[in-house]
Amino acid sequence: MAREAVIVGVGDVPLKDGKVVGGGSVLQVQARAAKAALDDARIPMRDVDGLLVAGMWGVPGPGQLASVTLGEYLGIHPRFADTTNIGGSAFEAHVAHAAMAIEKGYCDVALIVYGSVQKSERSRALGGRPSILTMQFENVWGIPQPVGGYALAARRHMHEFGTTEEQLAEIAVATRKWASLNPAATMRDPITIDDVMNSTKVSDPLKLLDCCLVTDGAGAIVMTTADNARAHGAKMTHIRGYGEAHTHWSIGAMPDLARLTAAEMSSQRAFQMAGVSHDAIDLVECYDSFTITVLMTLEALGFCKRGEGGQFVMNQRTAPGGAFPLNTNGGGLSYCHPGMYGIFLLVEAVRQLRGEAGDRQVKKVDTALVHGTGGTLSSGATVILANS
Amino acid sequence: MSEPQAYEKPQPVIDPGTKPFWDAAREHRLSIPRCRACGKHHFYPRELCPHCHSDDLEWTDASGKGEIYSYTIARKPAGPVFAADVPYVIAMIALDEGPRMLTNIITKDVEQVRIGDRVTVRFDDVTPELTLPKFTLDKD
Repeated sequence: MAREAVIVGVGDVPLKDGKVVGGGSVLQVQARAAKAALDDARIPMRDVDGLLVAGMWGVPGPGQLASVTLGEYLGIHPRFADTTNIGGSAFEAHVAHAAMAIEKGYCDVALIVYGSVQKSERSRALGGRPSILTMQFENVWGIPQPVGGYALAARRHMHEFGTTEEQLAEIAVATRKWASLNPAATMRDPITIDDVMNSTKVSDPLKLLDCCLVTDGAGAIVMTTADNARAHGAKMTHIRGYGEAHTHWSIGAMPDLARLTAAEMSSQRAFQMAGVSHDAIDLVECYDSFTITVLMTLEALGFCKRGEGGQFVMNQRTAPGGAFPLNTNGGGLSYCHPGMYGIFLLVEAVRQLRGEAGDRQVKKVDTALVHGTGGTLSSGATVILANS
Repeated sequence: MSEPQAYEKPQPVIDPGTKPFWDAAREHRLSIPRCRACGKHHFYPRELCPHCHSDDLEWTDASGKGEIYSYTIARKPAGPVFAADVPYVIAMIALDEGPRMLTNIITKDVEQVRIGDRVTVRFDDVTPELTLPKFTLDKD
């Protein structure tokens, strides 16, 4: 019988005011998240033979060798490693890569890990990267990164389709309502459209409350075969489809600033593989680095037509009780955003599918779509998860 | 006598693939690659044409004219070295030759910038070795 790869464990670390409780290095917080996910899966660390890592950390010098460093720290000797780093969407791609490796018999238990202590270390800055290679043509102009690139996309989307700042604000307000139901969320006080509109201008048309948080955080996912999951008595989440794509790195090279091409490509493949229609999706968890990211993603995923994202999110459609539950943990906008957020989309989707999401639990979630975006609208990776 | 103020903003680390662009800028020319195989221009400069992947490329002087494809007004600076410039405009220009490039719009009134505005290159000699091609609004 063919091997089927399933998700059997999810884990994260407690946050308070956006900082990891008890503090810790970037290696410590990843080890804690890994242990939480493995405990959830009822699988011991010694069984892990596949390690998938992407991060912003590493010992400076030639190469970063993230999986090699973390494997050593965890005391494991993986025979499959993947350090694909396409930005915050890397972890959705890791699920796809791990599924292929497990189904081929290349590994049996895959651990996907991310962690960051950027808030505790105050290591985040808008200045961006050194002006080498392709960046010679980006940051000499003083573009605040990454918000400036997203602002250029937002402005173009508004120009082409009449999208308004108030429509973008709808997303921030709805996401905050979800965060208010999540005790782990960093920002839980309700906000209004006016609060978003009157928040500090950052890079027009994006304002402070259009932007994700800067927090710590760590998360992990464990995958294995369905047979192994049954043997351990683990809860299984099935992986029905996946896809990934990237189109550019420099914002100047984005094919169309008002169109999220990478998400169109990755989601079409995922839907095709899953063999389900949009109607079958009960829940969407999509990367919300900025409000515009969400709006363009919803269009690219095909939940509304191109240019109609602004209309789609109006009247708090994506809020608790709305017709389209979205980013139910409070998202990068209000829950946490430790630099690369994609792993938390997966953690939340699995918790919702299992019915473990507490006050924010969405009723009748059998199929969920998770979509990560990385870089500056550069990469997309989609995963469709289901209970059966 | 006071020393001229040092330019502290990010400067490109010029490499062999990009040197012709920066050399031309120092001579106040906007030079971009054109593909002899498909006839299309591209920017930033690459070793292979990103449209047809030919390696048969030549450097050509662009007109320095174009229009604003999108823009943002930075209300927060990209680090302390840009703090004195706030608010300033970063724009993506669609050059008349086709490619888009990121740049600054130099204007006294950042609020008047609009998508579709016609623009013309203006060379800013920021150091004796470095010239940045920025743009001005034709309506200014």
